[in-house]
Amino acid sequence: MRTVIFRTFAPFITALMVLFSIFVLLRGHNEPGGGFIGGLIAASALAIYGISAGVGPARRALKAHPMSIAAFGLLLAALSGLLSLFTRQAFMTSQWVTIDFLGVAVDLSTPMFFDIGVYLVVVGAIGSIALALEERESD
Amino acid sequence: MAGSSTTVDIAQAMFTEPVAFADWLVIAPSILTIIGGTLCLITRKQTTLAPKLGLFFLGLLVLNNVMLLAEVLKRGVITMVMGNWLPPFGIAFTVDALGATLALVAAIVAFSAGLYASITIDSSGKRYGFYPFLLLMMTGANGAFLTGDIFNMYVWFEVLLISSYGLLVLGNDRAQLDGTVKYGILNLIGTNLFLIATGLLYGQLGTLNMADITMKVRESGVSGPLMTIAVLYFLAFAMKAAAFPVNFWLPSSYHTPRIVVAAVFAGLLTKVGVYALLRTLVMLMPAARTELAEIIAWVAALTMLTGVIGALAQSDLRRMLGYLVISGIGSMLAGIAMGSVLALSGTVFYAVHSILVMTALYMAAGLMAAMAGSYDLRRLGGLYGASPVLAGVFLVLALAVAGLPPFSGFWPKVMLVDAALTLGWNWLAASILVTGFLTSLAVGRVWIYAFWRGGPEGTVDGGSVSLPGGGVLTLGAQGQSTAAVWVPIGILTALVILFGLQPEWMMEVSSRGASGLVDPVGYLRSVFGGGA
Amino acid sequence: MEAGFSVLIGLFFAVGVYLMLSRHIVHILIGITILGNAVNMLIFTAGRLTREVPPVIPPDLYVPAGATANPLPQALVLTAIVISFSFFAFLLVLAFRTYQELGTDDVNEMRVAEPKGEALPPQGY
Repeated sequence: MRTVIFRTFAPFITALMVLFSIFVLLRGHNEPGGGFIGGLIAASALAIYGISAGVGPARRALKAHPMSIAAFGLLLAALSGLLSLFTRQAFMTSQWVTIDFLGVAVDLSTPMFFDIGVYLVVVGAIGSIALALEERESD
Repeated sequence: MAGSSTTVDIAQAMFTEPVAFADWLVIAPSILTIIGGTLCLITRKQTTLAPKLGLFFLGLLVLNNVMLLAEVLKRGVITMVMGNWLPPFGIAFTVDALGATLALVAAIVAFSAGLYASITIDSSGKRYGFYPFLLLMMTGANGAFLTGDIFNMYVWFEVLLISSYGLLVLGNDRAQLDGTVKYGILNLIGTNLFLIATGLLYGQLGTLNMADITMKVRESGVSGPLMTIAVLYFLAFAMKAAAFPVNFWLPSSYHTPRIVVAAVFAGLLTKVGVYALLRTLVMLMPAARTELAEIIAWVAALTMLTGVIGALAQSDLRRMLGYLVISGIGSMLAGIAMGSVLALSGTVFYAVHSILVMTALYMAAGLMAAMAGSYDLRRLGGLYGASPVLAGVFLVLALAVAGLPPFSGFWPKVMLVDAALTLGWNWLAASILVTGFLTSLAVGRVWIYAFWRGGPEGTVDGGSVSLPGGGVLTLGAQGQSTAAVWVPIGILTALVILFGLQPEWMMEVSSRGASGLVDPVGYLRSVFGGGA
Repeated sequence: MEAGFSVLIGLFFAVGVYLMLSRHIVHILIGITILGNAVNMLIFTAGRLTREVPPVIPPDLYVPAGATANPLPQALVLTAIVISFSFFAFLLVLAFRTYQELGTDDVNEMRVAEPKGEALPPQGY
């Protein structure tokens, strides 16, 4: 699998896929897409990078351990549900706030943070399984 | 939707009145354990920080569940619907006395295990993630005890199961892999059966909210499809609870993991299955339970007897205890078979007793093996000289598990036997008593061999042999304080003695739980408001 | 349409159960996956099948215009797929590790945890 062509192009493919996964994640609120499918795309990007450049470089590129990323995602999802404590509504009641960012009105909401949490859980969990399986293949 | 200008009367779809802070106690066990579990997972490489974080959150969990039980006993059933959607559309967390009691006992056991593990699990086990898995397993267990939605319960079962896989392979030796394969596959089949039944139930009734199901089933009466669903639930949860004849995964896996993992499993996992049986058969489908009563009774009697006979045939202490777990499940099933409030209270009390005593027994077995170097009955001996305290503790636990007074196992058995005699099911009462007798033989033999005799097999009568390591408790690093293993055993044994000497409170709580199952009017009112 | 699906689900169950009766772990795992898919289709069918009407409320209405497909079974199936997928991934890694360690994928030969011919406990007191 480690041909020159694949090795040269894999970083670009990976970068594009990660970008696309974030696009899919963010459009998921009203249109097809969302955290789970976005996470799967990002995890496959990671797997491609792992195949082309080796598992070690892929892990180094991630900086954090994939399981830690998954844990952070779960934490984020749980905390996004917790915000409604302060508005005296039940757990997971969605909260919305519109902020003005460089002249553009941006809607921020707890479902979005929940979805980002799901994205990170999927990237972390599937990525760690994929990397573990690729590691076995090489030795 | 933010930004849209249309106005909608959301009062038709959502709760609009503010939610009391006390209601958050209902969901807090899951949130606390998720937050604690993820923090432990992120910090798991720091082997001194992660256990402290884990214990802190388990402590919070115990505290929260104490308050939750107090609140439930004061106010009755509490409901919180996620996202404020009106039931039956939102996922409801509905907590009654039964769920709150079991959640509290589970939290106490998990805290004890966390403490016990702080020195018995080595640092590679901690780096692998003992604490995150323990906390996430508690997320699953608490969620299953507290949820009021049948599909949500399935999800919590899976959370529980996947974390238990992680705990079970912790250590990665050959026997563990072998045990985990069997445990993993058979339990996955069990949860698939649960899912099948839930899918069929949804097709039949069009709802997943337990209160709604309760009402609709009571309106429609028994029908063929509902009977099928009830049988599927019985099979699925009997598998989870390790009832005869679908219990083979338990003795082939429970002796392989680290002893503290086995302790938590023996205490908790099977009782989650019993809880689910109580919820589905007794509360959701009482008419189907009546039809199945005879079969459940036979399964119960066979589970008790095969369990205890299996225990008598084992020479490995951990495997013997595994069979005793099964035997205890039989007694709980007997209560479900009878279905009267007295019998069901007996089941609930027995579940609490069994969680406490089985965990403590496994922990004590871990100490015995740490002193004598083996779990094999033939190679244990002379432990009385090494640690009279442990001998006393083990004797208390042995008498409790056999159901002898004045310990916690006595009262639920009294309630169950009383209920069986009232119903005229003398053979069931007899099998409970025979099981008690055989259990006392099995555990009495352990006590006599491990503690009373002078040394392992081959020691002359009246002689004594010094144990390897001089019988000194060597756990973890040399010179480390062993308080962290004695305190949890102490807590659990104290509760066993307390419930034995002062059973009234526990009886009261479990009979409230049981009557809430038989006549769930409070449950329905809590979910649907005063009108229902 | 439900009747046809029921037959298909039955076939899936049959294949899944048949494979699970095998002694080889790989077969068992494939059987469990097929069983999982059978369960997913069962939930889907239990929610009644309707064609081509996504349950989306148009912007100018408060409720859907007519009868729509039932979204709840789809959500349930999605959840169940995710769960069974992660379980399958875990069990696959576990089976592979077990095969490496024990050198067999035949469950009859997996006797490490419960060795054959274990001696009886001490008899008598």
